[in-house]
Amino acid sequence: MNATTDLLLAGNALQYRIDGIDILRGPDVAVQRGELVGLIGPNGAGKSTLLRLLCGLETPTTGSVQWCGQALLSLPPAERARRIGYLAQGARAQWPVSVQRVVELGRLPYQGFWASPRAEDSAAVEHAMQLAEVIAYRNRVATTLSGGEQTLVMLARIFATRPQLIFADEPVAALDPYHQLHVMELLRNHAQGDNAAVVVLHDLSLAARFCDRLYLLQHGALFASGTPGAVLTPDNLRAVYGIESRISCDEQGVSVTPVKRVREGHP
Amino acid sequence: MTLRQPSTTLLNTLLALVSLGCFLLSLHTGTADVDAFKGMRDAWHNAVTVEALIVSEVRLPRALLAFFIGGTLGLAGAALQGLLRNPLAEPGIIGVSNGAALGAVIVFYFGFSGLGWFVLPLGGLLGAALSVLCLSLLVRGNSNVLTLILAGIAINAIGSALIALALNFAPSPYAVQEIVHWLLGSVTNRSLQDVAISLPFMATGWLLMLSCGRYLDALTLGEDTAHSLGFNGHRLRWVLVAGVAAGIGAAVSVSGNIGFVGLVVPHLLRPLVGHSPRRLLAASFWGGAILLLVADMLVQVLSTGGELKLGVITALVGGPFFLWLILRARNPWS
Repeated sequence: MNATTDLLLAGNALQYRIDGIDILRGPDVAVQRGELVGLIGPNGAGKSTLLRLLCGLETPTTGSVQWCGQALLSLPPAERARRIGYLAQGARAQWPVSVQRVVELGRLPYQGFWASPRAEDSAAVEHAMQLAEVIAYRNRVATTLSGGEQTLVMLARIFATRPQLIFADEPVAALDPYHQLHVMELLRNHAQGDNAAVVVLHDLSLAARFCDRLYLLQHGALFASGTPGAVLTPDNLRAVYGIESRISCDEQGVSVTPVKRVREGHP
Repeated sequence: MTLRQPSTTLLNTLLALVSLGCFLLSLHTGTADVDAFKGMRDAWHNAVTVEALIVSEVRLPRALLAFFIGGTLGLAGAALQGLLRNPLAEPGIIGVSNGAALGAVIVFYFGFSGLGWFVLPLGGLLGAALSVLCLSLLVRGNSNVLTLILAGIAINAIGSALIALALNFAPSPYAVQEIVHWLLGSVTNRSLQDVAISLPFMATGWLLMLSCGRYLDALTLGEDTAHSLGFNGHRLRWVLVAGVAAGIGAAVSVSGNIGFVGLVVPHLLRPLVGHSPRRLLAASFWGGAILLLVADMLVQVLSTGGELKLGVITALVGGPFFLWLILRARNPWS
């Protein structure tokens, strides 16, 4: 992967405290152009919170997030919405709207109050539906689709915005292997050139196969970061997840198989 | 299941024309047998005839109020449903109308209305705002049907109890009769002055609610996603709540509590606008106006002897409809 040194987004010493509990204890995170970055860690390690801070949904208690050297929260909201796409955990449409309508919502950051959709809006919507392969069911009701199809529709909605950076919170949880691979491939393909993506994952094999770099979190702090090979070691997994695991490498990539629990290792 | 996408402009034009037709028809409806066209002509030329008096003093305010209040109720229903992402949200069911009625009753019966023309709708507005506030605190971040309905029941009960209490202590000898008025709602015996007093507040409410259309569309994907699409949910929620409060507060301070319009109308129109919460707003305004004008004409046609209350008709239609909605609320929305 040709990761340039060009920094897209940086979170510096991010602390997040709520009701006197430290959710995040100052991790530093950087995302460069062309990178697919994975956030991994056990439940409650602060992955989702970190993701929300990085895309500007929450304000850190201390620390800051920089977008291309500028404070993220100082960007106008519409500008930020055009640059950064956010795929919420288990995102679903809450009214029975059509697939195309959901994807069109991705153009909202470009439309003023009175402006009606322009040609470039519909072009972007068409392109996004093609990219995510949801064009075949563009007229179906989004809420009646399968979980995998709905996730693809939500991704298409993000593609319609044409963001530089995509944040996805557990996009492949509860999906079948086919859709897991499909979603990861779409994110992988997005994270090229000037663009990048950050994804929260529980599936360590997918993380190893698709991500350029991983951040392993524990108790709201960084335990390890770097290439999948450097982060996904038996020692790290024992210390953070409390599991024995078998890690194998072949021409298909790295795969991580949890074998058994280690009592003393778990947080 | 696939969706058609009918033209929203066409739908709105049609609904607007029908509501205008109902409005004209409503001028012809009444217990007195008069030529409404002659009345309008005479009133226009400032000729003092019986027809002119009946049309301008009795029928015109009544029809105007039914039009505006119906529109407000429909629009507010659509706005609240979009905000709470729940098809069961309605100003009457979730207690906002009773809150407004309470505010208006307190102003009316304790002599504050002498302070200025704006005090009565303002009282309704404050009451409505207070109950929307309570409601949004109770259902905070939880668009669950059960929470919403239970919170609505509680606010409704407190509202009606306080209205009864306020009227108990009111110095008016007609208090009990008036309880009925505030709880059932009616647009009878109102003057053009009532229209003039309430219209600025209602119109403000319309503009505030309509201005949030794009946010409501974004909310289709949930609060976080709406935020990530560049919408400031904290601010826009307040704009919407203020709009609902201004509209419902002013409407209820004139007409009392007319239920179910805000429930039935958006629900019937939603499939016609492709379930888009933004497109539903304007359509529900016209639809609400149509429904209330028709209901008010029914009240006049059916009333023999004692005056039937408008709120009774809407409740008779809306109550069973509400039941049916709850029975099928086993998704796709809850």
